[in-house]
Amino acid sequence: MSAALQMAGKDTLVRVRDLSVRFVSRDATVHAVNGVDLDLAAGEVLCILGESGSGKSVTMRALMKLLPKKAVVTGGILVDGRDVQAMHENELQEFRGSTVAMVFQEPMTALDPVFTVGKQISETVRRHEGVSQAAGMARALELFELVQIPSAKRRLDAYPHELSGGLRQRAMIAVALACRPKLLLADEPTTALDATVQIQILLLLRQLQQELGMGVVFVTHDLGVAGEIADRVAVMYAGRVVEEGPVTALMRGPLHPYAKGLLGATVHSGMRGKRLTTIPGAPPSLEALPNACSFAPRCVEAEPACLAAVPAPRSPIPGRTARCIHVPDNVAG
Amino acid sequence: MTESPLPIDVGGPAQPLLDVRGIQKHFPIKGGFFGSTVATVRAVDGISFTILKGETLGIVGESGCGKSTTARLLMRLMDPDKGSMIFDGEGVAENTQTGGITMRDYRRQVQMVFQDSYASLNPRLPIEDSLAFAPKVHGLGDGEARERARELLAAVGLAPAQYARRYPHELSGGQRQRVNIARALALRPRLVILDEPVSALDKSVEAQVLNLLVDLKESFGLTYAFISHDLNVVQYISDRVLVMYLGKVVEMGPVEEIYERPAHPYTRALLASRPSMDPENRRTEPPLSGDPPNPVNPPSGCRFRTRCPHAEDVCAAREPIDADLGGGHQAACHMADPGSGHSQAGRLAA
Repeated sequence: MSAALQMAGKDTLVRVRDLSVRFVSRDATVHAVNGVDLDLAAGEVLCILGESGSGKSVTMRALMKLLPKKAVVTGGILVDGRDVQAMHENELQEFRGSTVAMVFQEPMTALDPVFTVGKQISETVRRHEGVSQAAGMARALELFELVQIPSAKRRLDAYPHELSGGLRQRAMIAVALACRPKLLLADEPTTALDATVQIQILLLLRQLQQELGMGVVFVTHDLGVAGEIADRVAVMYAGRVVEEGPVTALMRGPLHPYAKGLLGATVHSGMRGKRLTTIPGAPPSLEALPNACSFAPRCVEAEPACLAAVPAPRSPIPGRTARCIHVPDNVAG
Repeated sequence: MTESPLPIDVGGPAQPLLDVRGIQKHFPIKGGFFGSTVATVRAVDGISFTILKGETLGIVGESGCGKSTTARLLMRLMDPDKGSMIFDGEGVAENTQTGGITMRDYRRQVQMVFQDSYASLNPRLPIEDSLAFAPKVHGLGDGEARERARELLAAVGLAPAQYARRYPHELSGGQRQRVNIARALALRPRLVILDEPVSALDKSVEAQVLNLLVDLKESFGLTYAFISHDLNVVQYISDRVLVMYLGKVVEMGPVEEIYERPAHPYTRALLASRPSMDPENRRTEPPLSGDPPNPVNPPSGCRFRTRCPHAEDVCAAREPIDADLGGGHQAACHMADPGSGHSQAGRLAA
């Protein structure tokens, strides 16, 4: 474990330093994550915002050591004071569920179709806490009420396919909360839902997070969703965090040109009749990333200096950073 | 054989381009011992609306509300069980001797763009060949069709020299959607049905495609039916908006009316479900609870009454009429209809 990792304070739940993930195959090496630093305090909500291929989901999966064997992971990951990289399979089994739990985008593939949802929750509880079947079912009912599933008792006997999309997502949140995790990882949990259901699930997650005091890492591509749930936002592009800061400051005045472009390109009310700002071009290939700012080819503010090296994070005001050479660096250290 | 002549405006600007009257599509669910019909999905249950020449009609609703079935009915990828469609004064697929329009001519003038940009292109054809296919079917020569394909690629912002010979898998999602849009324009249609055209795209690419759609509408003189679940996108692009719920039109009107003075409780809830985009003023209460009901057994009377905070006995007893609120704004809600007997009736009436 590196020295930087060990400096983690008492209330630091997650500390990631210089995380890189490469997927190596016979034909090519994909550099999915390239030097990510993240910190999450206990009881804090961090949104990782990015488009497809930005490395946001890979970063999150690394926190739980869920990446496939062929992924080459380097750097340090500390969750609740434990070095995730060094954990063995049996340690991980205990770690997953009780310390970290995850909610996925598609509940139908995350829940087992051949067992009732009640059975799946009580199983999880019994596996981790070694309680009786009756106690497991009682906890399942408690959880169903916690996630506000109407007629909870009856719904425990339902199979996943018998539930509507919104209820299925609530059931999956109940499974994730079964062992009172300190850290909840959420991978686009509301993307597949209808608008009126999405807002219900977002409000539920926010309420549960506050009641249970969990830390949450929430991956999304939707700025509006981040605005509803995040305390802090980390914007990822081509496997790097290009900007990080408190949600209000970031949404009102983004620093990095990519974050600016993303905000301008997000359609919201009041833009009717105006031309939308776009980011020209497309994200770079992750197979051969240059040793330079990876957004430079699409950036309106780019200059030759942008191509000299990967910009280091610069901090104009405490608590905010951006990897852009045009951002002033006023905070020493 | 030369290409059949370009379609012309028949009825003048005042005549709606497409007049849809009471179309209905039910899907039987087969089951039981001898495959008898055990239930019926009432996907589209008698809806009427018009699409005016040169406008963009936005169609919004949640999953299962029938918006995609409506798109397929408009394109006649499936036939409605009931109801009729009139395209610029001519009945669609009716007896041509009495002045109807043939399917071949109709499809020439009405084209569609789908959500899944990959599934809607032939993976074995270079995109240039995909684009030239329809013009060839409609009588253009090989060289001319290829010429047209290249013009279209340029029109959607893909340099022909660089992209014409590529296969769909060699393009990004945004580029493939541009190809689909180009293909829809290959026959110089008058109406383009866009079924969730930007939903699968990343935000930065979505904005590019929306700008492109606005430009193409201008330069090709198009009319759009734009179907989406994204209220912000619909507000951005539409002139008029139609809101669907469980196979019915609940509200319809000019975009400013719908977004600033929504009359139907469902429209209001849908608008209030949008993320606030302001972390200091977050939503605190979900506007609706529960999921949309199953379209197999929709509630009696008003279909929204099971989730509606204002539901009364009359809402279960009778189906609301389309109350006229003036200025082309209508809502199917008893509260908007002064004579309905609802305790809050008439409050919203013009």
